[in-house]
Amino acid sequence: MKHIISALVENKPGVLAHVAGMFAARGFNIDSLVVGRTEDPNLSRMTIVVIGDDRIVEQVRKQLARIIPVVKVQDFAGKAVVARDLMLINIAVPPEKRPEVFALIEMFRGHVVDIGQKSVMVEVSGPETKIEAFIDVCRPYGIKNVARTGTIAMSRQGTSGED
Amino acid sequence: MSPESQPSAPAIEAPATIKTGAQIVVDTLVELGVETMFGYTGGVVLPLFDRLYDAPIRFIIPRHEQGGCHMADAYARASGKVGVVIATSGPGACNLTTGLGTAMMDSVPLVAITGQVRTDLIGNDAFQEADTTGITRPVTKYNSIVKDINDLERTVREAFHIASTGRPGPVLIDVPVDISVGKCKCNGKAAIDLPGYRIRTKGHARQISMAAEAINKAERPVLYVGGGVVSSNASEELQVLAEKAHLPVTMTLLGLGTFDQRRPESLDMLGMHGSAYANYAVQECDLLIAIGARFDDRVTGKVATFAPHAKVIHIDIDPSSISKNVQVDIPVVGDAKHILMELLKEIEYRERGPWFAKIAEWKKKHPFRYDKRAKTIKPQYVIDEICRQTKNEAVITTGVGQNQMWTAQFYKFVRPRQLISSGGLGTMGFGLPAAIGAQIARPDATVIDIDGDHSFNMTMTELATAVQYELPIKVCILNNGYMGMVRQWQELFYNRRYSCSYLKNPNYADVARALGAVGITVDKKEDVPKAVTQMLAEKQPCVVDFRVEREENVWPMVPAGKSLSDMDGLTILESMA
Ligand SMILES: Cc1ncc(C[n+]2csc(CCOP(=O)(O)OP(=O)(O)O)c2C)c(N)n1
Ligand SMILES: [Mg+2]
Repeated sequence: MKHIISALVENKPGVLAHVAGMFAARGFNIDSLVVGRTEDPNLSRMTIVVIGDDRIVEQVRKQLARIIPVVKVQDFAGKAVVARDLMLINIAVPPEKRPEVFALIEMFRGHVVDIGQKSVMVEVSGPETKIEAFIDVCRPYGIKNVARTGTIAMSRQGTSGED
Repeated sequence: MSPESQPSAPAIEAPATIKTGAQIVVDTLVELGVETMFGYTGGVVLPLFDRLYDAPIRFIIPRHEQGGCHMADAYARASGKVGVVIATSGPGACNLTTGLGTAMMDSVPLVAITGQVRTDLIGNDAFQEADTTGITRPVTKYNSIVKDINDLERTVREAFHIASTGRPGPVLIDVPVDISVGKCKCNGKAAIDLPGYRIRTKGHARQISMAAEAINKAERPVLYVGGGVVSSNASEELQVLAEKAHLPVTMTLLGLGTFDQRRPESLDMLGMHGSAYANYAVQECDLLIAIGARFDDRVTGKVATFAPHAKVIHIDIDPSSISKNVQVDIPVVGDAKHILMELLKEIEYRERGPWFAKIAEWKKKHPFRYDKRAKTIKPQYVIDEICRQTKNEAVITTGVGQNQMWTAQFYKFVRPRQLISSGGLGTMGFGLPAAIGAQIARPDATVIDIDGDHSFNMTMTELATAVQYELPIKVCILNNGYMGMVRQWQELFYNRRYSCSYLKNPNYADVARALGAVGITVDKKEDVPKAVTQMLAEKQPCVVDFRVEREENVWPMVPAGKSLSDMDGLTILESMA
């Protein structure tokens, strides 16, 4: 099972190496790991998607918390959470197929960010399932390139909104 | 330093002075109470050594950085203070790694300071450059490189704080040479800033009550005690608990000494080479109370069948130890001493007659034994004799292998910090430098390294260090000519094919004399007591080469991956009665 773990870490050199090294040394599987700044220049947020049963993920959480520059660790499993991926995808689209592809992009609320002679680059964001679905519908045209950020997540305060 | 005492900003700013980085390091060490340091010099640490030249710190130079690191480690284990070791960049730092790994696995408070090449050269494959923080990250509790001199003093203070609090461990600070010679304004009061480092000292009250209730109800309880009780100085509370609740106590290798082994409640060591009575008791208990122990595979044997009837209480300061290997029913996270003091308030005495009767029966049937009628020198006999003549009071260090296991089985320890042995990493070569570190920490104690010949071979150069500092350490080599423990496994599991487990040894008495120590060779059984007496009387470092039975095995033995009650060798032991 996939768990989304969010870790607030001190913005210091070596922290990413420490976290990545811990995962490798203890044999935990990372699906994705995203690091980015937060509102506080001293802190970064790491969002890590881990695959494993509850016991393994419990160990992951504890081992992360044990790393000294890691300030706070949260496991979002079972919590109301907004999780998003961002993807850039380059699809092989000859000019005559543009209208049908654009309709698909519209359906997925993507944006065309670049158009070439024989290709279209699209930006799509959303839950991982939506990203995967978009990749699937693009497959018949031919996918030239995919770049994905990996998941970032935040727990919900209210109850409204999508998914 | 207590975990809560993070120094806060001073009310009145002390007047700032201009200091070099080296000065900041050394002044901070002195202020933190460092009296003794171990280490080895080199290019990029020259500024630090120049400041140490007239600092009020005793400096011990090993012959190899690994030795220095083990010395600082044993100094810490013997004294309870933080050990400090320093090494140069590149090869010096690389040589520390075995020592750091040893300290990490056994949770020893240690601060290592390494020199680094100039900050503008870092990453250029400069002369004697190594990615020290990268190399040592998995073998330290924390490490960091100081790239701004304004962070230096704080980093040194943080290193001591992290090393000595919570679950202790080694912390490394990498100091580039331009930082050591650089200058900055400094008021000697840099505050610790570790937002991600919080320690839970006090245990959760409800968990403690649940633990007390389980103990009060248990009919067949066992206390299983590890090195955490040593770190937390909770040995006295442990003894009170065992008395007040009336509980049998078994210890891990690192827990030995926390409970007086001469007392009837002692079940001695458990695990692969533990006592049959400890292993049986664990397998049959209805409540296992683990304190400062981490359910290592050498202790549990096959996890799935470990303590099958027991409810498990686990008291530990490291939350990540809880339910890591064995599922715990009542976890109590916090400092063992605090928790035991709280727990004691709710504990009631219970006779548990049938349980203690059963234990007494196991003890009678399966004591640790060896063949006392043998004509050869049995290694166990040497340890027995050392224990007798030192009246259970010596500080003992060990190598790794059979020598270590026999020491754990046959020396009966009575107080914490008495046995200093590399448990988690199992580092051969630890014994001699550890004896040096322990003797420096405890100048009046009798310090004896009970070593294996091949373990001793690894770091015997440190004998020169013992001679230089006139340390009256004793080294008892249980010389079986073999890597005995490896040979035992080859005998039992590899058809007696003794592949690469034999080396030609030097004459150790000659080696000792050449290095300026006393050397004694013992090859007759009847000479053992006399040699031990002579060794104990020596004021100089003394090496005794006991030519012991070559193919003696350590029994009992739980083969790797088997259940604790599946012990081999019990009939062999019975035949020696
Ligand atoms: C540094 C290191 N290398 C290898 C080992 C693997 N090992 C464990 S015990 C042992 C043999 C130890 O021989 P010796 O010191 O003579 O002790 P004995 O078992 O004979 O008492 C070896 C090679 C180790 N523990 N440490
Ligand atoms: Mg040997």
